[in-house]
Amino acid sequence: MSAVATKSPDLAPITDIASLREDFPALQQRVHGQPLTYLDSAASSQCPQAVLDAVVRQQSLDHANVHRGVHQLSERSTLAYESARERVRDYINAASEHEIVFTRGTTESINLVAESLGGSRLSAGDEVLITWMEHHSNIVPWQMICERTGARLVPAPITDAGEIDLEAFDRLLTDRTRIVAFVHISNALGTVNPARELIAKAHAAGAVVVVDGAQAMPHKRVDVRDLDCDFYAFSGHKMFAPTGIGVLYGKERLLEEMPPWQGGGEMILTVSFDGTTYNALPCKFEAGTPNITGAVGLGAAVDYLARIDFAALEAHETALLGHASERLTEIDGARIIGTAADKASVLSFVIDGIHAHDVGTIVDAAGVAVRTGHHCAMPVMDRFGVAATARASFALYNDDDDIDRLILGLRQAVELFR
Amino acid sequence: MNELQELYREVILDHNRQPRNFGAIDDADRVIDGVNPLCGDRMTLYVKLDGATVQDVSFRGTGCAISVASSSLMTERIKGASIDETMNLFEMVHDMLTSDANEPPDKLDKLVALAGVREYPSRVKCASLAWHALRAALKGAEHEVSTE
Repeated sequence: MSAVATKSPDLAPITDIASLREDFPALQQRVHGQPLTYLDSAASSQCPQAVLDAVVRQQSLDHANVHRGVHQLSERSTLAYESARERVRDYINAASEHEIVFTRGTTESINLVAESLGGSRLSAGDEVLITWMEHHSNIVPWQMICERTGARLVPAPITDAGEIDLEAFDRLLTDRTRIVAFVHISNALGTVNPARELIAKAHAAGAVVVVDGAQAMPHKRVDVRDLDCDFYAFSGHKMFAPTGIGVLYGKERLLEEMPPWQGGGEMILTVSFDGTTYNALPCKFEAGTPNITGAVGLGAAVDYLARIDFAALEAHETALLGHASERLTEIDGARIIGTAADKASVLSFVIDGIHAHDVGTIVDAAGVAVRTGHHCAMPVMDRFGVAATARASFALYNDDDDIDRLILGLRQAVELFR
Repeated sequence: MNELQELYREVILDHNRQPRNFGAIDDADRVIDGVNPLCGDRMTLYVKLDGATVQDVSFRGTGCAISVASSSLMTERIKGASIDETMNLFEMVHDMLTSDANEPPDKLDKLVALAGVREYPSRVKCASLAWHALRAALKGAEHEVSTE
């Protein structure tokens, strides 16, 4: 039995995106007697069978701790874990596997950078520049480290369309800016930020750049060297892998100079009561037994995504977003929040006179899963003067039938409330 | 659609459309902010006491139909009631929202309209926010309360 799913041979890229839906067992079920219409992938996506198989195989036959034993299962487990790292590296085109740190997810990845890099580099008078459209996970870690170091957190404003105000960004990016952290694709608005442009500007100002890529991974083929970001954080469970596994990509030079974050096993070379020497990258940042099965699942998800033609995927999702946005105009009093020119398939909206929570409960009865609330982005809600929105997010497995059922559910909400 | 109609009964929809006792009381004795971190809903409850009686009560804020109707029904019901009676009511409503073991007591009257929430665990907090704020207000708390 081979412990490692070998990389697929050079099969032709998949261009028939509609055919992918059948790979997802969760989507074959009914809820409340209706076919499940899953439009909440921006919160967490479903896993394809290939990922589920990899997880079951790892946990049933190959499970043991990694980097520790000399026995067969430990060898297999280590190989599977490190092979997942290599496939992630290859997928995002990082220069070395030393640059791929496995974490619990985007939130932990950002906390790691904020604590380790921020903690060692920031001092009073320094600034961390973020944007008004950040998820709380790209606000609070910076707030915490700023509080501790005396640095200042500066949010760059966004426009009424939900795009970064580039003039303001340029003005706020100064020689005091040490770190620039921004979201690649906004979870609340769908805005695709001009990442390369922002990274280049930040580098020209001498700042280190951290990109929150959680929402970008399921929609874009991300190349970290092409972006030239210093750090890129993402989560497995938004890209068709299980929860509890994520990645911090960081340039090796920066990760080398950063102090370890958490202490424990795995991250050490030698320990005595006189002192400890730390392990090499990436283990330096992976204290404790890692989420081995999660990493294996992420490796399988990356294999799954690597076979997809992303031009076809983006065309599929753009068509879904366009269709859904247009159909939404049929709903009396509906208004889209987030109308950026470059937008991923995330549709946030409000309906006059019906709170998003009520919308969510009513469409759920029609089998439609949408997210409702502030989307962990309270400043975005404040910016648009709403308490909450409903959000339909479309992934590669959604189709026009999903949109029809969403619109039907929304009609029922309007009927009930008027 | 049946469970939905059970949740969104006409009295809920009516109190959501036209909430009673909506607005501030300028000379309130107790003012409490309630927050539901799950959805970001906020409400402020104003209570004016006359000895051991709730002389006047009102609320302000944004929320879903369940939370607005619950606040509205609550203020309508407790205006003029004694503090003891009100605390007793809190317990009965709390039981009704969180356990389906018993039929809600007749004494709840119109408040029984909130019973449909039991089938929707994620919405229980929407209905209970106002009541938690009320209990905190009557106990003399001055800080913010949350459903968590």
